[in-house]
Order: sequence, then structure tokens, then C-alpha cells
Amino acid sequence: MKFWRTPLDADKIKVPHGETYVIKERCKGCGFCVEFCPKRALRLSDEFNIKGYHPPEMIGKDECVNCGLCEMICPEFAIYCLEEEEVQVEG
Amino acid sequence: MITKEHPMTPLLRMDRIPHIWCPTCGIGTAVSCFAAALKQNEIPLEKVAIVSGIGCTGRVAGYMKVDSFHTTHGRAIPFATGLKLARPEMKIVVFSGDGDLFAIGGNHFIHAARRNMDLTVICVNNFIYGMTGGQLAPTTPLSAKSTTSPYGNYEHPFNLPHLAASCGATYVARWTALHIRRLTNSMSEALNKKGFSFIEVIAPCSTVYARRNRLGSGLDLMKFYHDNCEIKNGANPEEADIGFQSKIIVGKFVDKEKPSFIDNMHVGLKRALGDKYIPYGGDDGAK
Ligand code: SF4
Ligand code: SF4
Ligand code: SF4
Repeated sequence: MKFWRTPLDADKIKVPHGETYVIKERCKGCGFCVEFCPKRALRLSDEFNIKGYHPPEMIGKDECVNCGLCEMICPEFAIYCLEEEEVQVEG
Repeated sequence: MITKEHPMTPLLRMDRIPHIWCPTCGIGTAVSCFAAALKQNEIPLEKVAIVSGIGCTGRVAGYMKVDSFHTTHGRAIPFATGLKLARPEMKIVVFSGDGDLFAIGGNHFIHAARRNMDLTVICVNNFIYGMTGGQLAPTTPLSAKSTTSPYGNYEHPFNLPHLAASCGATYVARWTALHIRRLTNSMSEALNKKGFSFIEVIAPCSTVYARRNRLGSGLDLMKFYHDNCEIKNGANPEEADIGFQSKIIVGKFVDKEKPSFIDNMHVGLKRALGDKYIPYGGDDGAK
């Protein structure tokens, strides 16, 4: 996680870390999750699902903060996130 | 614990998913927010019923795993009114589109709001008739194109929050499919509100509205909401008119207390019948 200014309590604060799961066959490639993820942690993948859409994939492993936006904004109920073990912030 | 299942699975009829809505249509997002609101409130699912009319949004009732009714065109509100009076302990939600609720069912809407009927009405407004082929709706903004206004609309549209508020609704809010958190909170508030609550959800219709008007996809409309919505809680809904691709004022406009239809019915019948009156479904009938 990058900060433009390191918070004073960075050594004490834990940033939630999430893992997103995509139900690929359900996705219609609308891009809502990709566009509005506050961490820009997703992108549309190159692979095709059975309907011919490109389901999203995670860009980096550690970017997702488990905010739940992608899960709520997805009109297809095709993506959700779960909290992974909390990661310690390195200042 | 990691469950490899979508957390909304218990609230949806998964055997009917994937749903029929087009890619980048916003109705699914409104449903997702509604499911989140139900979850947030831990409302037992057997205590909720959803009533929809006809249209793309009219399909919502069929996808939620609660008692749900798909009624005839425009008649969701009268059906829901009967349901509420027969089962006053239940939360009755009308989930339908702008054409269904305000054209075909317009009169039902104004009278349910006038009576302060104990209902939550969620209207997905995409400015057009989607399912029937993109005809002009009573919400189509001035100059927008539809199949029945190919040179641009010249009719004034309804301002839905203003209509609801002036008819007597006790809770009125407008959000877009982009405002997922605020929309979910409003849905929670509306579910817990006595009387007539109304939420307008502006949502993209990619296939007809966006295409007819050359606005790109539903994603482009979501980006448009991102750049052009102004949150004004408590604003006078009269000033929340929507023009073609103009700024959209969103927020919670009305949240007030007023005896609901069921409250008034109990008072009125008690006055007339005295001790002989036994409230149907108990005193706490209203939500
Ligand atoms: S949970 Fe939030 S941060 Fe993680 S991928 Fe989804 S939108 Fe992005
Ligand atoms: S929001 Fe849902 S349907 Fe749209 S691209 Fe993301 S996962 Fe696919
Ligand atoms: S026609 Fe429009 S409103 Fe209907 S499902 Fe398609 S995009 Fe959604």
C-alpha cells in the first residue's frame, strides 16, 4: 500500500485486505467493477467466458482493500470479495 | 472462513440467474443494493414481499428469493396495497420501472402517496420503455430521442421526487445506480419508515435509451452520473428537474412523520365501532 504521506500511526494501523472472486460465467463484461474500484485493482482479462465477455481479474495481489464496492455495483452478482488475513502496513 | 459462494445467494433465486437484463443495464445494481439493505437490516425474508409490474424492472420480483408477485401492467401498487392490508405485519415493497409506475400506473401512485399507504416504492427510472422497444415514457427528458420521438421529445417529463412529495409521501429520495452506498442506506431507511416511502433510482438503459441517444454504453452513463450528480440532501424536490444529459440533483429530499393509512384506518374504525373494532393483524400492523 502506498501513501503520499506516511501516517504517523502507520506502524499501528492495519489496512483491511481482501480477495475478490469472480464467477466468470455470470459476468457480462460491463466494466462497472473495473471502472469504479477505488484501488483500481481490477482489469478486464483477455480470456472469454462462455457468453463471449471478458470477465475481470485482479491486477495485483495486495491492492484490494475489501471495500465491497465491486460486489455491490455488479449488476450480475458475478463478483464478491472476502476479507483475507489482515496485512501489516509497512511505513 | 472462505465460502466460495456469492454472499447474495440466499437472497436471490439462483436458478433464474443469469437474469435477462442487458450488459451494462443498471437494474441489477439496484437489486444488489436492495439485497444489501435487506441483509443490513436482518429482516427475516418471510416478512418481505416484492411486487412488480411489467417491464424490464418488472422482472425484479422474479429474481428475489422472497414472496414476490409479478402483476399486470401498472397495477403493482394496488396489488401491494391489498397485500399490506391483508398482511399488515409484512414489509411490502413495490419495485418497478418509470413507465409502469408513472404512466400506466400513475393514478395508483398518486393515490397511494396521498393516503400515505404503508408501502416502500422503488422506481428504477431509465427515462424510457425498455422492454417494449424504447417508446417515450413520462420521464423521458426534453429533447431526448425514443422510438416514438425520433426527432426529440417535446413533452415535459415528470419530476418524480416532486410528484411523490407533493402527493404526500413521507420519505422521498433519489439516487443513481452509481450511488450504491447511499442508495442502500436510503432503502434501509425506507424499509423502516412508516407510511409511503419512495426512492427513485436513476439507472442506465444501455440498449434503448443510451443507444437511441448515442450516449455510449451503460458504463458511459455511469461515468456521466459520476461527473454530473450533485448531492443535495434536503433540497426542495421541485428544483430537482432532470433535463437531457443535464446535472442531476440527488439526495434525500423528504423524511417526515405523518399518520399512515393504517394508523388512520385504526383510529377511524375505532371511532365508528368502539370496542367492537378488532384491528386486523394487530395494532402494530403498520411497519
Ligand atoms: S473490494 Fe473494493 S478494492 Fe477490492 S476489488 Fe472490489 S472494489 Fe476494488
Ligand atoms: S461488474 Fe460484474 S458483470 Fe460487470 S465486469 Fe465486473 S464482474 Fe463482470
Ligand atoms: S432494455 Fe434497457 S432497461 Fe431493459 S434490460 Fe436492456 S438495458 Fe436494461
